This record gives sequence, C-alpha cells and structure tokens, in this order.
Amino acid sequence: MDRTFLRLLKIAKDYKLWMLAASVIGFFTIGSSIGLMMTSAYIIAKAALHPSIAELQVGIVGVRFFGIARGVFRYVERYLSHETTFRLLAKFRVWFYEAIVPLFPSKLLKYKSGDLLTRAVNDVENLEHIFVRVIAPPFVALFVLILMLFLLGSFNFIYPVIILFSFLIAGIGVPLLSYKLSRKTGSRLVKLQARMNELILDQTQGLGELLVFNQTGKFKEEFANTQNTLRKLQRKNAIIGGLNEALIGLIMNFSIIIILIYAVPQVNTGILEGVYLSVLVLGVMASFEALLPLPTAVQFFEQSVKSADRLFELTDANAVIVTGKPDTREPDNFSITFDSVQFGYNSDKLIYDNLSFTVPQKSFTAIVGASGAGKSTLINLLTRFWNYQAGKILLGDTKLENISQRKLREYISVLPQTTHLFNLSVRENIRFAKPEATDDEIIAAAKKANIHDFILSLPDQYGELIGEQGMKLSGGERRRLALARAFLRNSPILICDEPTSDLDSLTEQKVLNSLYGYSKTATVIIITHRLFHLENADQILVMYNGKIIESGTHNELMKKRNYYFNMMKVEKELIV
Amino acid sequence: MHIDKKLINLSLGNRSAFFLTVFSGLLTALFTIIQAYYLSKTINEVFLKNSNLAEVKYFILLFALASLLKALFVWNEQNFANLIAENVKQQLRNKLTAQIFKLGPSYTKSSKSGEISNTISNGVEKLDAYFSQFLPQLFSSALIPLLILFFIFPIDILSGIVFLVTAPLIPVFMMLIGRIAESMNRKQWKTLNLMSGYFLDVIQGLATIKLFGRENDIKKKIAVISNLFRISTMKVLRIAFLSALVLEILSTISIAIIAVEIGLRLLYGNLEFQPAFFILVLAPEFYLPIRQLGAKYHAGMEGVAAAESIFKILEEPVQTNNQKSHVPFHDFVIKFENVSFTYPGGRNALKNISFSIEQGSFTALVGKSGSGKTTVTNLLLKFIKPSEGKIIFNNNNFNDIDSKFWRKQVSWISQSPYLFHTTIKENILIAKEDATAEEIINAAKSAGIHDFISSLPGGYETFVGERGTRLSGGQAQRIALARAFLKDSPILILDEPTSNLDPETENELLETLNRLTENKTVIMIAHRLRTIEKAGQILVFSNGKIIERGTHNSLIAMNGYYSELLKTYSG
Repeated sequence: MDRTFLRLLKIAKDYKLWMLAASVIGFFTIGSSIGLMMTSAYIIAKAALHPSIAELQVGIVGVRFFGIARGVFRYVERYLSHETTFRLLAKFRVWFYEAIVPLFPSKLLKYKSGDLLTRAVNDVENLEHIFVRVIAPPFVALFVLILMLFLLGSFNFIYPVIILFSFLIAGIGVPLLSYKLSRKTGSRLVKLQARMNELILDQTQGLGELLVFNQTGKFKEEFANTQNTLRKLQRKNAIIGGLNEALIGLIMNFSIIIILIYAVPQVNTGILEGVYLSVLVLGVMASFEALLPLPTAVQFFEQSVKSADRLFELTDANAVIVTGKPDTREPDNFSITFDSVQFGYNSDKLIYDNLSFTVPQKSFTAIVGASGAGKSTLINLLTRFWNYQAGKILLGDTKLENISQRKLREYISVLPQTTHLFNLSVRENIRFAKPEATDDEIIAAAKKANIHDFILSLPDQYGELIGEQGMKLSGGERRRLALARAFLRNSPILICDEPTSDLDSLTEQKVLNSLYGYSKTATVIIITHRLFHLENADQILVMYNGKIIESGTHNELMKKRNYYFNMMKVEKELIV
Repeated sequence: MHIDKKLINLSLGNRSAFFLTVFSGLLTALFTIIQAYYLSKTINEVFLKNSNLAEVKYFILLFALASLLKALFVWNEQNFANLIAENVKQQLRNKLTAQIFKLGPSYTKSSKSGEISNTISNGVEKLDAYFSQFLPQLFSSALIPLLILFFIFPIDILSGIVFLVTAPLIPVFMMLIGRIAESMNRKQWKTLNLMSGYFLDVIQGLATIKLFGRENDIKKKIAVISNLFRISTMKVLRIAFLSALVLEILSTISIAIIAVEIGLRLLYGNLEFQPAFFILVLAPEFYLPIRQLGAKYHAGMEGVAAAESIFKILEEPVQTNNQKSHVPFHDFVIKFENVSFTYPGGRNALKNISFSIEQGSFTALVGKSGSGKTTVTNLLLKFIKPSEGKIIFNNNNFNDIDSKFWRKQVSWISQSPYLFHTTIKENILIAKEDATAEEIINAAKSAGIHDFISSLPGGYETFVGERGTRLSGGQAQRIALARAFLKDSPILILDEPTSNLDPETENELLETLNRLTENKTVIMIAHRLRTIEKAGQILVFSNGKIIERGTHNSLIAMNGYYSELLKTYSG
C-alpha cells in the first residue's frame, strides 16, 4: 500500500479501537438490512406454502428485530464514526504543530507567504475524511463479505464462490478501473485548476491594470478558454465516475442471474428448498449496499494522500537548530557583539560577509539603512531562528550557542516587523508575553506603549476581542499593542523592527520616548528606515548591503556628510 | 427571491439537460420495476410450479435486459446531472468575472479581494454537488415513489396504502426533527469552523509563539481545545443524528410491516406469492430515494451557503455605460464641479470638491492617507463615478465618455503595481499589444529595468509570480514604468511609491519619472518634496476636502496646513 498512507495510519494508530468499533457497528447496520430482507423473503415464501402461523412467528420477530436494529445501529455508527473523526483530527493537529514548531522559520522559507501555510492548515483539515470515507468502507465491505460467505455457504459451496467473485469485481475491479481511466485527466485537471486560480487572482488583484490597459477582452477570452478545457476534462471525469454506480448495480444483478442459474436446477432436484430461493436473492441484493461507498473511497484516498504528501514534505525537513551545550552560567552583562559574522539564507547568496559591531548594554542603538540592506536579518540570527555560517555572536561574554533556548527567550524580547495578534481579547494578547502577569502589569505596559487610552475607548476595554489577526485594529494600533507585549516581558534586551511605522508623528515621538526611557535599564536596539528623533540615540549604525558603513551619534554622522547625511536629505523630502 | 429558487432557475437555463436528468431517473425507476417483476415471475415459477431453467429463461433474459438498461440510465442520469452542474459553474464564473470588471477596482479593494477570488473558484465549485446530486435527488425522491405506487396500487391496494401513509411520514418527521437539529447543526458547524480558525491562528502566529517561548503551552492548548470542541459538538450531534435514526427506522419498519402484512395475507390465501414478492423487492427501492435525499442534503446545503456569496456579488448594483466613444483630445480641460463621492458602506470619501486640470499641466495631490487622493484618481480612471456633482471634459459630461476610449489616452501606475502570472514580456506587452520586440526593450531600458531582465536566466520570457521569479517592490515599479513608457499616452495618473529605497536608487527612480512625465498631462499622488515642487498645481487634501491649493511657494507663504505637513514630516 501507499507509503504516505501507512505513515498516516501510524499517526492514527492510537485510535485503532475506535476505528474498529465504528467499522464493526457499520457492518452491523448493513448486516441488519441483509437480515431484514432475508427474513422478509423467508416469511412470504413460507407463507405461500400456507403453513400454520406458528411457523412464521420466528420470521416475524426477526423482521421486527432487524427493522429496529438497522436504525439503532445506524445511529450508533454515525455517533462513533464522528467521535473517531474528531479524535483523529485533534491528533493530526497536534502532530502537525509538534512537527512544524522546530522547523519554523528557517526550514519554511518557501512557506513565507501566508497562503502556503494556510494551505497546509487546510491539508490537515482535509484529513478529516480519512476514517469515514477511506478507512471504514473497505473494512465494512470485508466484514459483509465474510458474513455473506458464511450465510450462503450454509446452502451450497457454489454461492460463496459467486459472491466472492462479484464482490471482488465490484469492490476492487470497478474502483480500480475508474481510477485507471481518470488518472491521466486527473493530473491535467489539477494543472488547469491551478491556472484558473491564477487567472482569478490576476483579475481580482490586477483589475485596475486590466481595465486601464484595456485587457478585459483578452482576459475574458483566456478565462473562457481555460474554463472550456477544464470543463471538457471534468466532463470526461464525470462520465467515468458515473460508471461506478451503474457498474456495481449491473454486477449485482448479474450475480443474481448466475445464482439463479445454479439455484434453479437445485430447486428442481430438491437439493435446495424452494423457500430459500427468494431468501438467497434478496440477501445478495441487500449485501451490495456495502460496496457503494468504495469508488468514492478511492477518490478520498487519493485526496488524503495528496494532502498528506504535502504535509510530510514540510515536516520531513530536518531541523538544524541544535542547542549546543548550554552553560548554566548567566552572561555577565547584556551587551551584544557580532564578530566577523557570515550568513546567507541560501548558500549561494551571502547577506552578511564579515559583519562586526558592538552594542553596549543599557544603551539605545538605532540600526538604519534602506529596505533590503539586511537589517531585519539581525533579528533572525539573535533569536536563533537561523544559524549563521561563520564568526560569532556574543551576549556579554557568552556565545549565543551556549545559552539555552528558554533562557534566550527570557533575555531577548523582539518586536518583529509584522506581529501576529491572536483572535483573543486585548488583555490576553498582551498577556501572551508573560502568562503570569497581573492586570496591573498589563496596564502599565499598555501605558508605556501609548495604547492604554485607546484600549479604554473600546466598548469592552481590555476584554475586547480583536478579531482575526487583529483585523479590527489599524496598523498603528496593532503596532503599539505588540509593543505593549514586548514591554511586559521586561527582558534585559529589547529589539524593535520598525517600531514606529504606521504611527502619526505625535505618537511616534511618545513611543520613542518610552523606548529611550527603557534603555536606561536595558539594551535597546531599534531597526528603522525612518530617521526620526535619533538625535538622542547613543549609537547609530548605518547598514548598506549587509555591512556597517558608518557609525556614530546623529551629530557625528551629519558632520561626515556621507551616506547618513544623504539618507537624511531624502527623508526630509518625504512629506506624507 | 429565495436562494433555492434562484438556483433552480439557473438549472432551468439548461432545460434539456435538466429534463433528461429527471427523465433518466424515471426510466431507471421504471427498469427497476420491470426487473422486480421478472425476478418475482422467475422465482414464482420455480418455487411454486417447479419450472426448470429452460422454462424461465425468457424471464431471466428480460431481467438481464432490464438490468442493462437500468445501468445505462443510472449512468445517463449522472452524466446529465453533471452536465447541468458544469454548465451552471461555467456560466456563473463567466458572469462573475464579467461582473467584477463592471464593479471595478474600488469594489475589489473595499471588500477583501481574497474573499472574491475564493468565491469565484471554490464557492462556485461547491455548487457542483447541489446541481449534480442534491437537485436531481430532490426530483427523484418525489417522482420515483409515485411511479412505484402507480404499479403497486393495481396489484395490492393495502400495500399501496401502507406505502402511501409511511412515505410522507419520513419528510414530516425529518422536518420536525430536522428543523431543531438543523439549527443546532448549523451552530455547531460554526463552532467547528472556529476550531479550524483557532488552529490557523496558531500556525500563523508561530513566530510570536516561538519568540515568547510558549511552544509547549500552546501544544497542550490545541489538544485541550480540540477535545472541548469535540465534546460540545458530539452533544449536539447526539440529537442531530436522531433524524437519521428516525429516517432509518421508519423505512426499515415500513418494510417490516409490508413483509408481515403481505406474509399474513399470503398465509390465509388472500394474496398470491408473485405479487407479494414483487412488492417486497420494490419496498426498499421505494424508500431509497427519500433516504438518499437525507444523505445528499448536506452537500446541497453547502452549495446554498456558497451561493449566497455568489449572488451577493452578482446582485451588486453596477453603473451603466452609455457612451460617446469619440471626443476630441486636443486643448482639453478636465473640470471637477462640486464632486462628492460616498462609498457603498457610507463613507464620505470626497466632499464637494472643485478644481480643473489643463492639458500639459502637472497636478500633485498631497495629503495623509485616507484624505481622498486615491478617490480622485479612481474617478479620473473611471473606476467610479461621482455620487454628486459633475466632472466635465471640455464640454462633455465625463460620465458620457466611453471608458475604453478614455483609458486609451491614460496610463496609470499604482502604488503597488500588479504583475500577472505570465512572462515579463507579456507583462510589459499589455500596454501595447502590437509592440515590436525593439519597442519593448526600449521601454524597459527607459524604465531602467532592461539590464535586470537580461540578467535573468529566461530573460524577457521569465515567468513571474508564485511559480516563477518573485520580483521586489522596486522591480515591479519599474515594470509598471516600462508599461507606461510603452503606452506613451497623453495623460498620466501616478501614485508615487513611498517605499524607502537607498538614496542612489531613489535618485535614479525620480529621474526616470521625470523623463516619463515630460510633455504629458500628469496627475500624481505625491509624497516627495522634489516631485511636489515641480507641480504647477498642488491640491492639499484633508478629510475628503481640498483645504489648500497653489504652487509650492504660494502654499509655503500661506503658512497653513501644507507648511505644517512639511514641518512635522521633515523635522
């Protein structure tokens, strides 16, 4: 069987008893209708011979029993299979989360765009069908087959052989045939669907360009063409898919004919009691119910395997970050030193070649430069999201590798360029930085980040839910909320990536003042392209192409009349 | 109009396929009845008259023939149902894309563009099950039982009555329980979605989780929340599944009643075996379509939910285009006369503004974001029309000028230009479809992007986008500039990029812009002093109004909002 699928089963194996129970009850459900039809046939066939009513009693009880049992089993089966599905889904979620955490973000570079991660989450949710649609149907069919072999075997050996073959053809042959027939169109279909989605994106996002450059006609034509081809393929697939139900029904009817061909002479010669002729036929008819979900099982199997393949491709990447031998000793101070650091996200393109600088503890340092100069990468190295290739980074006198992940998180707080706000209340979002924080601490942090007054203006104040990814908030509000989080941590090092973007100039100044204040007790680094209010910074490092090309205070750098001076000139030109 | 009616109307657009689907369904039922008849004949002959195989072979052959024909029509029914689904999907997608073109960029920007593209691709796909499964089943479950009754009544009135009485009970009970269960179900699906939402939230927030060292807490929380959701969902499903229980029990009990009822009458000689067996074989077939409707109901409902967002887009009011396609273009003046614009949500983006733009002039629009600058360019691009007031182009009402004709005279560079999922060459070529290779290269050279394109392995044939090369914001800007150079139109509408580049690149870009705007009528949302200074007319926006206007020097002399802006931003 498929390797991917086996790996999935391995993850699901904790719930094998649940799966077994649900499948067995599923089997009982179909078993009941086989029982119902066989006893019904027995009653009327027997009745036709006009015996005493007593002889029908057993059959009548049986019919009632199976009639009710079918409904009850169906109920229990649905209950169990949903319970199993939810348990499996929870398991898959935890598994995926556990697998992806150590890989983030260095191994997920190509998943940087949120869409791909969203797709991965969808892939996890797609696995929800794996039990009800993929695993259960073959088991139920197998159990039904075994039941039928026994039931029919009690009459004559030939009937089990007939049912075995017809089950094999209808249950394996038919799904396999349609799978083979639709396979080629399947992969073309996937490509065309991707192309159609591209076109849809092109339209919704590039609408202005399409209109201004008068491309609507051309676009409509290409869209219509893609749709037409897509439609042709989907029609072809549907025609093949439609064969399944028809063929399974046909095989059922022909197995009844074959059974009749064998059974009629046996009735004639008295080997088979005439009463059982109708019992046999209706039993076989009822048993085919178990085969109907099999063709869809193949489709869902393929879909689950595809989803799982994508997930495994992601989770199979080896995490490189191995914490060396962490020292128990604390760093003697919280200065930061980069010493001849070499780093590139890909081996073929270096971001830093021999980067060196020092940030003294309890100081305010601004790292400035144009976008793309390599400023934000500093954070990825300091948090050890990525490993650098050569040189060393020190906190005080301790090498970064010798600090445990847990300690490192305690020492360094980061305000990244884009912060994720969870779909929780304002309070819980700030508290995320320090689960044990009191409400007072949270308010103090919010005040420092200049967001307290805004929070009080919200209908629910600190209890306000902020919506998916903080959708309800403006960019500046989100920024300050994230800053409140960073302040709450109260760690000895704070690094902020563009802390004042999206803020109006008045708020910008207030936020910067808070940061200046914080630098009295901690090492503060801000990474920015806005050269605004940096007059008080203890140190400004100017970065260009992954190198520090100038450093000094604002006044010193202005006197040099070099790169910083020119940046300042450009900056002054920007009005709004 | 109710959403179901709208959907059924769509399928009626494919009348013949719809008719053929229902017709095939009926023929399927008819052959099922014929099958049952010959099967009961065969068994009756063998069982009670001890006929041999030769004597019943015609019955068996007819049974086989009916089986073949049944299979054929089962297949056909699905084919035709799929044909409806495919037709409807195609029609809807074409309608949707046409509608999006009419609604224009201000619509796709205001509602989330991701939502719209999701509706066009996935939303429409979800309707497939509605048309290919639910709708045909709806008709089958009404027609097939009737057809079976039509054959059973003449044979045995009592069984016919049992069928007739029990069949409506199923939908009645379904509705009674279904209504309670359905609302609970819907609520529960919402909570289920919340669960997936929570998981997505966590995965997207991985960086934050890691930065704050909360990995293990969150892992436990995923498990705990998943379990809580499971328990509350199962509480609801326990009740919702009752509808399945009732459905199953009603149909199986009815079969049991039929079996006992005809069995007893057989016993007392009030009924023959052959019709009795015929009725018994048909009994499950009688209830099958109604039971299947229950199973396909959910798929149908998903389609209905998706249809809501589809119709929401399709029913969005659009502006009509009635239009002069030729107005002289020399010596023109564009006049805004008391123009206001209100977005559908009610936001007043422009309030009663007036100004004019003369041919060959350079107008800079200045102001904070949200002050109304982009609305002005959207009006000039004919993406939207004034809610009140008029725009006059020479002596023509701007609304009356054909938008295609107008846009031929206009080039536009947005703040974040869009690159299409195709080659770089095609991306430049949209500006002038019949451009020669030389013209394209010249345009790229003028935009300062030729060297970069040549350095790519595929050159001008390199694909851009998800599957191809990703270009940086600055490179995309330059492709957009190349488009504008290639189009060489008399009017230029520009949104100056604010992204911070290093000083050298910045200088180069401004110079390129200078060359592009030479001898053109330029309307520019401007952010840089060097650009603004060149403008013959500066319009200063605040809160949807023009609060100051003039040249750079005259505005400085005013010592008002403009000079305030200059001071705050440039320190």
